[in-house]
Amino acid sequence: MIVQQTVLDVALVLLALCLVVAAVRAVVGPTDADRVLAVDFGFLVTLCAVALLAVRLGTPALLDLVLIGTLVGFLATVALARLVARRGR
Amino acid sequence: MSVQTVVGDVLLGLGVLLMVTAGIGLVRLPDVYTRTNAVAKAGGLGLVLVLLGVVVLDPGPTAVVVLLLAAALQLFTVPIAGFEIGQAARLSRAPFASGTRQPDLPDGEPGRGDDGDR
Repeated sequence: MIVQQTVLDVALVLLALCLVVAAVRAVVGPTDADRVLAVDFGFLVTLCAVALLAVRLGTPALLDLVLIGTLVGFLATVALARLVARRGR
Repeated sequence: MSVQTVVGDVLLGLGVLLMVTAGIGLVRLPDVYTRTNAVAKAGGLGLVLVLLGVVVLDPGPTAVVVLLLAAALQLFTVPIAGFEIGQAARLSRAPFASGTRQPDLPDGEPGRGDDGDR
């Protein structure tokens, strides 16, 4: 049980590092498309973290959040990408 | 440590490692197009593997349905999102990396499949 929790904690720390990376790219990113990409990646990492937290904390209600987040994240990314494409014209 | 725990942990570990790979790609790769490649493939597959790992670790009756549905939706939507970002980068004339051999189109000409709603 302790081993299991340690595995989940290490995975969560790695995901936090990924989130830092996405934030750096969103701030630095030379083009607007880079920023959209960083936001998309940050959303994927957040969904991963929520799924892991559902196991770590033993609250299956969080899994519904993953399903909703999948759809919302996709729509947000497509909308932002179209915004960037339109602004480039 | 049961077999179930080991299999779930292996899936989780592979998924998280793929996410880390996508993060490294997001920092290290030279231009928008290659970074899109890293996030769309490694990030999407990493999330699907993590969700499958959670299914194996915590198989409640509703959790399995919800997570498998989420994983299937991810498999379809992440490549589409990656394509949209790449197309947006091209349309906003994002520069290519210096080593690119064949920048795809002459400047300002919209490509095929770009004739829709804009």
